[in-house]
Amino acid sequence: MPRESSSSTRSFVEQESRPPAPARAARAGGGRRPLVARLSRRLGRTATPYTFVSPFFLLFAAFGVFPLIYTAWVSLHDWNLLSSENPFIGLENYRELFTDGYFWNAAFNTLSIGLLSAIPQLALALVLAHLLNRPLRAQTLWRITLLLPNVTSVVAVVVIFSQLFGREFGLVNLVLGVFGIDPVNWQAGVGSSHIAIAVMIMWRWTGYNTLIYLAAMQAVPRELYEAATLDGASGAKQLRRITIPMIRPTIIFTVIVTTIGSMQIIAEPLLFGAQVSNGAAVTGGTDRQFQTLALYLYEKGFRSFEFGYASAAAWVMFLLVVLVVGFNYLVVRRMRGGLD
Amino acid sequence: MSIPRVSPSARTTRLTQITRITRINRVTRFAAPMLAATLLTLTAAACGGGSDTSPQSGGSGGSTEKIKLTVGLFGDFGFKPLYEEFKKTHPNVEIEERQAAADDHHTNLATHLATGAGAADVEAIEVGYISRFTPQPDKFVDLKQFGLDKRQSDYLDWKWQQGLAPDGSIIGLGTDVGGLAMCYRTDLFEKAGLPTGRDEVSALWPTWEQYIETGKKFAAAAPKDTKFFDSPGEIMRAMIAQAPVGVYDAQDNIVVGTNPDVKKAWDLSVQMIEDGLSAKIGAWTPEWNTGFAKDSFATIICPAWMTAYIQDQAKSAAGKWDIAAVPGGAGNAGGTHLTVPKQSKHPKEAAELADFLTSTQSQAAVFKAIGNFPSTPALYDQPDIQNFTKDFFNGAPVGKIYSDAVRNLKPQHLGPREGDVRTAIGNGLGRVEQGRQKPDEAWAQVLKDVENIK
Repeated sequence: MPRESSSSTRSFVEQESRPPAPARAARAGGGRRPLVARLSRRLGRTATPYTFVSPFFLLFAAFGVFPLIYTAWVSLHDWNLLSSENPFIGLENYRELFTDGYFWNAAFNTLSIGLLSAIPQLALALVLAHLLNRPLRAQTLWRITLLLPNVTSVVAVVVIFSQLFGREFGLVNLVLGVFGIDPVNWQAGVGSSHIAIAVMIMWRWTGYNTLIYLAAMQAVPRELYEAATLDGASGAKQLRRITIPMIRPTIIFTVIVTTIGSMQIIAEPLLFGAQVSNGAAVTGGTDRQFQTLALYLYEKGFRSFEFGYASAAAWVMFLLVVLVVGFNYLVVRRMRGGLD
Repeated sequence: MSIPRVSPSARTTRLTQITRITRINRVTRFAAPMLAATLLTLTAAACGGGSDTSPQSGGSGGSTEKIKLTVGLFGDFGFKPLYEEFKKTHPNVEIEERQAAADDHHTNLATHLATGAGAADVEAIEVGYISRFTPQPDKFVDLKQFGLDKRQSDYLDWKWQQGLAPDGSIIGLGTDVGGLAMCYRTDLFEKAGLPTGRDEVSALWPTWEQYIETGKKFAAAAPKDTKFFDSPGEIMRAMIAQAPVGVYDAQDNIVVGTNPDVKKAWDLSVQMIEDGLSAKIGAWTPEWNTGFAKDSFATIICPAWMTAYIQDQAKSAAGKWDIAAVPGGAGNAGGTHLTVPKQSKHPKEAAELADFLTSTQSQAAVFKAIGNFPSTPALYDQPDIQNFTKDFFNGAPVGKIYSDAVRNLKPQHLGPREGDVRTAIGNGLGRVEQGRQKPDEAWAQVLKDVENIK
């Protein structure tokens, strides 16, 4: 700040820091201060921090909590997006949902794609971060390169990968052909489509997780590695015995974030299916081979306009996410490293 | 840093009444973030609610105040030159066109109608969706109130009826109709030793069975990597459109399982797949667009509006396409209505624009520009339509071909969830094509899926 511009500010500060006579008198005889002043002072102290964090919570209340509760309310109705009358039907939507094979099919697909993408993705990220966590030339270049796939638009990624996984002219089938493997119709099969989608997800998110791991690894004391090197521990052993135990909180964090992310996958299957036909886009394949929960929700809510039913699905999906995240948390927390 | 933010008046108060400085400061310390938070919430809410582009105004007859009309379409309707003409009679009107993919367009429209904001002043609705929207007359302006019931005599009767709500209010004015024809590649037919003239080709396939037979002959002598047609989805849709009753009966019951015409269309489509005539390229996919350029298929079912699309995608094959009669008789596939949502702030001008864009003259202009075929029969016999040809389609007399196709048409009742039924059937054919299911299994699953559509 240039000096001359802050002159008025300075005078304020001076005035504040040196309370004039009457104020000093009031402070000296604290007991005589009016009750209101004392209360407001206390309120000021306690309320200030909450006030500063309140914007987020106000916004969250308006755009997070309210929709959540309203969705629960909608889910109790036969609510069509277009009609003006939406009769209350209690838990009927939920009853129907639990017997809906397509919903459970979507739940299975979501879990399957989630597992297929998350586990290799995080393992690969860990190894990559470990490799990068040493003095290298052009470090920044490597790190930026890692993040590039994540910056790319998901549409671009899926369109390109759908071409790679194309039935007739796809590069993947071409390479498989070199090894004498028959071309795969990637969208047609359950397993093949899940693998294709998992690859797209891994492509976008591995680098991102690598950077998070790398940041955590840099906080691990170097002495541990030096001691281990002196004792003759290999790089792989150091990763397993030192790095992983030391960055476990970060691993827990990435597992939870990745789990939540993979429960919400929609763009990849939607665009992947659009390569087959218009109808197969929203159903995630002609036989719903790769329809995820989020895509199922979209189909019901925004193609069939059954908002009540879609809302019920949204709530069950929410509970499933909580369940899976909780399970993952427990698993990762129990994961024992070498040090303890 | 909080000090400069205090308003000038508060600052004076502070300077003079020094005793209260600390207290006021406390208050502002508390109030400023609260105020900021409230403002932030309010602005955010305002952004969500009032995203409509047109300014607040009565929308009454005052012709001097500037107003902006938005037109929501899926794809290019060839309206752009017409807007300029409309502006000549309405100098105060500005027109903005929005385009989206067909599915997205209708999803967005439904959402905007449900939330009461965000819809354009004039919204296009495709005929496959129109029956979902017409039962909701409270969401649309009844065009009768602007005297547009006078347009009834312009239209093919069934086209007019499609735009009406059950209570008789006028929801939409028709733009085009999709009379059926079959587009084919003369050069590929020649290579396969088939006749190439459009009358001879039409004579090859009065029925779909004969179309399949022709396909087999084609496959036997065709160039490698070229199949007879793209995929059976649109063909089956056309076959259903040719039947007197489609997937819905007149009482809006889904009759997929009981209508023999639907089953026959399914069986024929399956047979086409099993005979290896399909390139297995779904319509409207990226690979389909590539297929036009790569000669992946030699014929394609061709409602009038499709000609514009082919012209766009198959630029390299100009002059090699031609248009023959469709197997199996007349039918309609597609076509659109223009509606005015009730949330429009300028319903009068919007109705005038919809009226203008669908007028007989405008429809003729659109047809000549991009190929969408008029729904106003007065045009069909006019010489400039009858004699209208297209070089891209080897000089085919498109005006004559499509007016013949439409004139013989028997209207078919369309139900509210046409689109979903079509998706279920299309996915069934897709499963057969991908080899996931035997035709019987696929059909059984189609019936099960359709049963769940209420």
